[in-house]
Amino acid sequence: MSDNVWDWAFAWKILPRILDAAIITIEATLIGFVFAAVLGLLLALGRRSRNPLLSYPIAGVVEFIRSTPLLVQIYFLYFVLPEFGVVLPALVAGILGLGLHFSTYCSEVYRAGLDSIPRGQWEASVALNLSTYRTYRDIIVPQAIPPVVPALGNYLVAMFKETPLLSAIAVVEMMQEAKIVGSETFRYVEPMTLVGAIFLVLSLVSMVGIRRVEAWLRRKIMG
Amino acid sequence: MDIMRFLPTLLDGAWITVQITVLAILLALFMGFVSGLMRLSGVWAVRAVASVYIEIFRGTSALVQLFWMFFVLPFFGISLDPFTVGWIALGLNVGAYGGEVVRGAIQAVPRGQYEASIALNMSKWLAMRRIIVPQALPAMVPPWGNLFIELLKATALVSLITISDLTFRAKQLNDQTFQTVEIFTLVLFLYLAIALVITGVMRIVERWTGRGLARGGIK
Amino acid sequence: MSEPIVRFENVSKRFGETVVMRDFDLDIAPNEKLAVIGPSGSGKSTLLRLLMTLEQPDGGVIYVKGEPLHHMWKNGRLVSADQKHLRKVRSHISMVFQHFHLFPHMTAIGNVIEGPIHVLGMKRAEAVARAEELLDMVGLADKKGSHPSQLSGGQQQRVAIARALAMQPDVMLFDEVTSALDPELVGEVLNAIRKIGREQDITMILVTHEMGFAKEFADRVIFIEGGRIVEQGPGAQVLSEPRNERTQAFLRAVLG
Ligand SMILES: Nc1ncnc2c1ncn2[C@@H]1O[C@H](COP(=O)(O)OP(=O)(O)OP(=O)(O)O)[C@@H](O)[C@H]1O
Ligand SMILES: [Mg+2]
Repeated sequence: MSDNVWDWAFAWKILPRILDAAIITIEATLIGFVFAAVLGLLLALGRRSRNPLLSYPIAGVVEFIRSTPLLVQIYFLYFVLPEFGVVLPALVAGILGLGLHFSTYCSEVYRAGLDSIPRGQWEASVALNLSTYRTYRDIIVPQAIPPVVPALGNYLVAMFKETPLLSAIAVVEMMQEAKIVGSETFRYVEPMTLVGAIFLVLSLVSMVGIRRVEAWLRRKIMG
Repeated sequence: MDIMRFLPTLLDGAWITVQITVLAILLALFMGFVSGLMRLSGVWAVRAVASVYIEIFRGTSALVQLFWMFFVLPFFGISLDPFTVGWIALGLNVGAYGGEVVRGAIQAVPRGQYEASIALNMSKWLAMRRIIVPQALPAMVPPWGNLFIELLKATALVSLITISDLTFRAKQLNDQTFQTVEIFTLVLFLYLAIALVITGVMRIVERWTGRGLARGGIK
Repeated sequence: MSEPIVRFENVSKRFGETVVMRDFDLDIAPNEKLAVIGPSGSGKSTLLRLLMTLEQPDGGVIYVKGEPLHHMWKNGRLVSADQKHLRKVRSHISMVFQHFHLFPHMTAIGNVIEGPIHVLGMKRAEAVARAEELLDMVGLADKKGSHPSQLSGGQQQRVAIARALAMQPDVMLFDEVTSALDPELVGEVLNAIRKIGREQDITMILVTHEMGFAKEFADRVIFIEGGRIVEQGPGAQVLSEPRNERTQAFLRAVLG
């Protein structure tokens, strides 16, 4: 390994460009995750429906999305939707893809949360003559979500780590920016390593944060 | 329909996908068992090496690792062909997750089993091999199965380093023919088919590893 | 007394704040049958677990056949033993646990041949032949192909005894081996232990709550409390005419 494999001055110079692109990465993560969290809850509730015309197709779609690559799904949204007259900017298609893919993971998390609500809560709701909608909204969902927040947090981090896929449809997030820097300067060591280091730091920090939240929740739930 | 026209090209790509998946699974199993056992070592330095590997590969994403190995390693004088980079990067990535699976399952084996091994004067290694790991295996199979599915999905990334796998062929056909809906739908179902095969195989493995313990179950 | 096979010398052991043993001394003669009694938490299990190397002493030395167990000699000084030394000295000892700890993924005979084949390096055929003898001795010849989960508690414990015996130890440790059993199964396990005591040249250390069995079987009974030997002597004396008033109180409480 020669001395000039890693050039600190060069790394320092390109860091602002990479950090600028990190904003897109974080934007995509946060918006995508809100989408995943909301859609995931709807999928989980739909899957519990007593109407098999609703629950079976949802179960099938969830399995399908979970078993196929996110990259192909992003291509699908980006290339296929225009055929139906829906032309999305690359970033929007990418965020939709991320959100859709991870909504299936979130739905499994919610499902576990919903399943853990004791029978008595349902029976009490019947005793109060609450409608199904009210029961879910006021009784079941508020109890089911707090315990699964850490699991959702893990998928937030997982989704964050999948955002480099958006580079495949030319969204200029961190990875794509690093590639552009590389192709301009023929130096790949610094941009790629910086991107790796930023991912590592951010995901380790988030994991610590999630563990904190988990401990806090446990204390709160245990009373 | 044109589907029949695309199928041979796509199946060629699927074959590459299957090869990468299988090679990466083997590497992931190896790395998972090695790093998982290392994290349980009594020697501080051995644990630290395993932790660094696991944290780095879980803390950055598969695509970052793939690109890093593809674009950066040549600057260190290591030039691997894209296919090799592909399965090695994915195997290392999933192996890091596997390390946590292995460690968790081994730690779940009751303490008494270690103590009984010591009462028979077994070495640590012999106890691991004969007593502890066989009892930990059944609990490892389902999470490994999930990891293999994740791995299959991640193989699509190798299309971005010029390997003509299933996803690469799909993109190529799409650029040539603009039969977008047919091509991508077909590709998604081909991935689903491979995933179903993996799930099926893991079911069999599950039954097979559970056999010894299942005769009444562990108390 | 001849050269002791096991010697505790000034042994101390604590868990965090809890001091379990302080300056503990004990000599055990070859072939001796020693019963250890005492209230819960008095350190009986700790005594056996130290000897099985499941615990490390904080001070003092334990000798087995004159060799230090957790330590070894280096340049005239005692230092912590390495794995090789530990395994060499430990080969003289085996243990039967309260909760059996049979290997659930192996059959009864699989449990018994495991150590002889993989630790002692015995030929498989020989190991199987000896295991069959041992299982026959504990009355389980017909159960050799059963998995632990298919056996009753008493049967499992008898397999565990055969498994320990198959290692050809000089010292066998029994930690309340009948406490986890239904009352009607206690007898069959005690009978197996009696038989071993009669037929084998072996030192046995038994922690037990079966006072009748201790009196009849043991050459010596020690009563420990707070990690110290409070009273010791032949079973007939310690258990029937205890001199120490703490022993008397304990026996009153146990025997009712
Ligand atoms: N691993 C451990 N960590 C902390 N404390 C321990 C541990 N093992 C034993 N102790 C403590 O040491 C003391 C002696 O325990 P030990 O198991 O030797 O008692 P015992 O005489 O066998 O009691 P019992 O009749 O209940 O089995 C107890 O106070 C126990 O709580
Ligand atoms: Mg005890």
